[in-house]
Order: sequence, then C-alpha cells, then structure tokens
Amino acid sequence: MTKMNMIAALNSALEHQLIKDENVVIFGEDVGYFGGVFRVTAKLQEKFGPHRVFDSPLAEGGIAAIAMGMGLNGLRPVAEIQFADYIFPAYDQIVNEIAKLRHRSGGEFTAPVTFRTPAGGGIKGGHHHSQSPEAQFTHTPGLKVVYCSNPYNAKGLLTSAIECNDPVIFFEPKRCYRGPFYGDPHNVPTWNDHPDGEVPEEYYSIPLEQARIVEEGSACTVIAWGTMVHVCEQAIKDSGIDCELIDLQTLVPWDRDAVVNSVKKTGRCVIVHEAPKTSGFGAEMSASIQERCFYHLESPIIRVTGWDTPFPHTTEWDYLPSPERIAEAIKKTQEE
Amino acid sequence: MTERKTVSTAPYIIGTAPFRPGDEANFGDKFQEKPGDLNRPDPVKCEAKDTILHAAGLVRVLDDDNKAKGEWDPKLDAETMIQGLEYMMRLRIFDDRMIKMQRTGKLSFYMRSFGEEAVAIAQTMALEKDDWIFPSYRQPGAQFVRGRDMVSMICHCIGNTEDNVKGRQMPVHYTWKEGRFISISSPVGTQFSQAVGVAMASAYKGLDEVCISWLGDGTSAQGDYHYALNFASTFKPPVILNVVNNQWAISTHKNLATGGRTFAERGLAYDIPSIRVDGNDFLALYSVTKWARERAGAGLGPTHIEVYTYRAGAHSSSDDPSAYRPDNEFECWPGGDPVDRLKLYLIESKIWDEEKHSQLEKKIDDEVMTAYKEACEFGDLASGPYPPASTIFTEVYETVPWHVQEQREELGK
Repeated sequence: MTKMNMIAALNSALEHQLIKDENVVIFGEDVGYFGGVFRVTAKLQEKFGPHRVFDSPLAEGGIAAIAMGMGLNGLRPVAEIQFADYIFPAYDQIVNEIAKLRHRSGGEFTAPVTFRTPAGGGIKGGHHHSQSPEAQFTHTPGLKVVYCSNPYNAKGLLTSAIECNDPVIFFEPKRCYRGPFYGDPHNVPTWNDHPDGEVPEEYYSIPLEQARIVEEGSACTVIAWGTMVHVCEQAIKDSGIDCELIDLQTLVPWDRDAVVNSVKKTGRCVIVHEAPKTSGFGAEMSASIQERCFYHLESPIIRVTGWDTPFPHTTEWDYLPSPERIAEAIKKTQEE
Repeated sequence: MTERKTVSTAPYIIGTAPFRPGDEANFGDKFQEKPGDLNRPDPVKCEAKDTILHAAGLVRVLDDDNKAKGEWDPKLDAETMIQGLEYMMRLRIFDDRMIKMQRTGKLSFYMRSFGEEAVAIAQTMALEKDDWIFPSYRQPGAQFVRGRDMVSMICHCIGNTEDNVKGRQMPVHYTWKEGRFISISSPVGTQFSQAVGVAMASAYKGLDEVCISWLGDGTSAQGDYHYALNFASTFKPPVILNVVNNQWAISTHKNLATGGRTFAERGLAYDIPSIRVDGNDFLALYSVTKWARERAGAGLGPTHIEVYTYRAGAHSSSDDPSAYRPDNEFECWPGGDPVDRLKLYLIESKIWDEEKHSQLEKKIDDEVMTAYKEACEFGDLASGPYPPASTIFTEVYETVPWHVQEQREELGK
C-alpha cells in the first residue's frame, strides 16, 4: 500500500493499462506533454511515448469522434474531457454514435471507449467548471456511467471502465482530487490521513455495477456518489442517527441488490447528489426504490440535491447539499 | 439608453438557388474546365500548395467527345472499366427496384444514388480491399464493389428476419463488417471525424490501410466536417475525405451552405492537398482517389476531395423536388449522366456496344428481381415476419444488464 491522492491513483490505473494493453491510447486537451490540467496523465507521455499519450486539438466533438473511430478499429481509447461542463460538443458523438454503435450495427462494430471527465463543484468554478451532468448520460442506453469518490475506488473503477467493452463515462469528483470534502470549505484534509488514500501500487479492479457500503446502519439508508459521499458522512455524524451510507460508484447499471436490501432493512432513504433535482439521477433512484421497497418504507424518500438553477460562483456553498441540509433530511425520515 | 447608430446597407445575405420551379434551368452546355487543364502532381511529393489550381478547378478525364484525355487518365484495362460500368448499372437498377418496393409498402423509406453512381463505385474500386469505408447516404454502391450479396442488402432494407442489423435501423443504413463498411448515420457528418480516428488506429498499428469517408455539401457546414479536417491536418493519418457537392441538401441549394467558392479550397487552409473532381466522370474519380490512396499509403496523410456532381433524384422517398427546383436541371447538368458517360467512352473505345449493354441490363435486372424475391421470403415490411422483439434488448451492452433484462421480461418476449 502507498499513500496516493485521487490524481495519483488515477494515474496509476492509466499506467497499468498502458503497460497491460498496447491498444490503450490516451488523449485529450493538455493531457500529453503537460500531463493534464489536473495532472492525472502526468509523465505518461514521457514513459510511453507520444503515440500512446497525446494532446489533441481543442474540440471535444472531435475528440469523441476520434475515440469512436479508434475504438471500432481495435484500439481502446481513453479520452479526457477537461471538464464535464465541456462535454456537450461531444454529446452527439457520445449519445447518437458511440452509445448506439453496437446495437445499430447488429453487434458487428463496437467502440470500447472510456471518457474520463472531472465533474462537480466546490472549487469556485462557477457554472462552467462545476456541473455534474451524470443524468444526461444515465438517460442514454448503451453507456455505462461511473462516478468515483476516493483514491482507492478511483483506481479500481477506472481499471474496470477501460477494460469494459462498452463505452463508459467516468466522472471524477474534482473537489476530491487532493482530499475528501466534508462540506466545510475551511477544512481541507488530504487523502494522507484517510483509509481510502491507501492504494495498492499493483494492478487491481473494482467491478462496475457494485456499490460500496461506506458504513452500515439500521435507521436510514443514505445514497450518494462522488463528493457527496463525504458530505453525507459528515451529515450522518452530525445527525447522530444510525445510517447506512451507500456510495453507488456505478450509476448505470446501479447495484440493485445493495440498495434494495438496505432500504428494506432501514425503511427510510435519503438520496443526495450535486446535480439539479429535476430529472436528476436521484429521481430515477427514488422511483425505482419505491417500486421495489414500497411496503418496507416507513417514511417518504427524500432527495437532497443542487437547486434547479445554474451552478453559482461565489455562493456555491449555498447551492451544494450541505451537511446541515442532509442531516435535516435524515432527521425528517425518522419523524414518521 | 443612447440611440443606436444605423447603417444604410442591406442586411445579411440570403443566398438562393440558381433556378426555381418554373425557371428553365441552364448551366451552360459544357463545363468550362477541360481534361488536360490540370497536371497530375507526383502524389508522394505533392503538398497542399501544389493543389491550389486543382482545388479551384475541376479534374476531368472523359471529354465531351467521349474520349479520355490528360494526365489524370488512369488508363484502366477494359475489364476494370466494364466492371465499373456493371456496378453502376447494378446500383441504378437496384435503386429503381427498391423505390418501387417502397411505393408498394414493402419498405418504409429509401434513398437512391441516382446520378451519383460513379462516386462510391469508382472511388471504392480505386482502394485496396482492406481499406475502411465510412459512407454517407449515397455510397451504398461501395458494397457492390466489395461483393456484398444483394439479398442481404435487401433484407436489411426490409428489416426482415435476415436483416443483419436486426430491424434496428431505417433502410439504407447498411452495416457490413466483412466489407469494412461502417453504418451510415442519420445525424449526418458524424462519420467524417470518426473516419479520422479509424485511420489513426490503422496507422498506430502500422497497417497499410486507408479510411475513406464522404459527406454532402450541406453537411459540410457541420462541426464534424471541420473537426475531421483539423484533426486530419494535425495528425496526418491515412484518410480520404470527400465532400460530395451534389448541389442540394434536401431543398437547400449549396449556395446557402457556404459563402466560399469551392468546397475543395477549404482543405487548403488546413494544409491538406485538395482536389475538385468531376463526380460524373468515372475515370477522373478513380484516378483522383488512386492518387489520394497512394499518398495515404506512403504515409503522407489526408487528401480532401470535392466531388462535383448533381443529385438527380429526390433526396429520399419522402421528398418532392418539384417543390423547389425545375424538373429539367439534371438534363442540362454539364456533367451529364455518369453511367452514360462511361458507356459512351467504352463504345467509342470499341470495347462495348449497345447490344452488350442492353444484355447486361437485362441480366442485372433479372438478378435484382431474383434477389428481391428471395429476400421477401424472409419477410417484408407489410406482412412480416420481423426480427424477434427480443432484439430490442440485445447488443445494447456486451451483456444484458439487470435493468434491461427486467424490461425484457416485462415485455414478455
């Protein structure tokens, strides 16, 4: 085990893939010589050469198209979209082309592409460096959608994403690149002191479709992904209520058994995400949970989410679900 | 608020088509450009700047007197040219049969390549068999060159039980892995930039493979066109990027698609050798594509080609061109009819005659009819049978995930 922050862990996953499979190529804006604006691809070009890790022109639509072409011709591209907010020029290529290629070609062609993209708020990024657009992709059949939350699962999940023969959108919570975030911007811990900052140097993978039970509990199930997992940990502590915290990790396909078993056990559920509430992935979770667990529910499922507004700049702490708002929701589930 | 200043000039330009219904179309009898006007640069030494005249002019081989002339004459043997003629005739007859099927409800939709038969056929014939084909709507003809069985093509168009894409796509959206023919995609233009990625992958693996792609004059306004040119210019993979300028994007004339002069000239700004070629001239198309293939095979990267042609038929079976253009436009198109032009050249060269031609026409017509009947045995759109409903749920992912499986069980099929 080595201490790694999320950036180092992702870098390690990429390095193992470059060693393991010569069909893996990595590209995107600034990922080559410079090693990425967040340094996730640092030194990979130096180690593996410019044909395997390279800078692309600044055009997300082009990056996605190139990735699809490479993927259907036998490569396993890992493309970086510098910020998830920038992914929309690539949306047509991802949604209409890459996601549907296997199906519409009768299985004759596939494109095993991974799109890595830093997402979420908490870095004073305003509305174009803070969004968390997972729901725009969970609504697209053919894509798998993954959202890591800490160095350990970042490495293991990225490994599985790249090895997956389906296209994967891999969200990295950029606020947690260097440390967990408990909802207090003045408290800036690093991964050094966190058990999930212990990352094996060697290769390993974490299966997609598998949620992680962060802590067990009996009074309420709290479901989150990305940065919100840590904010929920704080909220649960503050609430003093015995909650079961589930880090969903993979959103499509999500871990039905982990979620359903937990909610049946606790009878109460809070779902937390950064993205806006309307048509957010929490809506899908909430609907699915009531379909499956209705007679076990003791109180309404509550969603705590970002507001149905553009993501703000200076007031982002009032936008993001805070430990206070989440603790309030947890307490509310206990009232009925 | 302060008063805003005004100008007296006309507002922005709204282009228009040269002729509209009721007009007598007249493009001039002949092209101004003649075979022999343009040299054939050494493909492995040529740079973009050596093609300035080629991007502004028009590469031709078949002259108005039905003779092949100039440096671009590929000097093909008789067998190859007759083969090319046969493919073009086959495509036209096949298209006619399919449009009849569409009109009788056997197909939901169809798109003919009418007037543009030479494009995919001559260009695919100029490639190697392992080269990748990333088509747009009017390049299904490439499949004839690669030997696809017509029954299989018709089964796809019908969407019956033998459709290799299992009834999932509209007609004409052919996919055929064996022929390296990648599915046409309705949000047009996406294939252009994907083709650059396909070529980069071949180059990465050190394979002698080229990828060719086409899009239309209208589609060349899409971002994907510019992504493709810029990525191709940057990475220089073995790719041949064709803008098929057939004058019309459904009802929108190319005058409304660009403010530039020729489409080919855009490539020069990306430092990509760029050539404008008569798209109804089988020999010129073959020759220019062979030239581009040579460049790509030698590691010199992309070539940008404007294929100058005319969409003789409707955009699709859902379109009615009489609402936006005169009926006589194709008749007076200076490029003529690509099938007739090659035929007349072969007759002029004493290697073909009218009798052989009509015999071949009859033979193909019989083959198409036989293939059509055979395909209908696997089901037609009006009465089925169709692929099983379970195909809705398969091949969405490599393996069926639980939520899709649950939904399949809900359908109960």
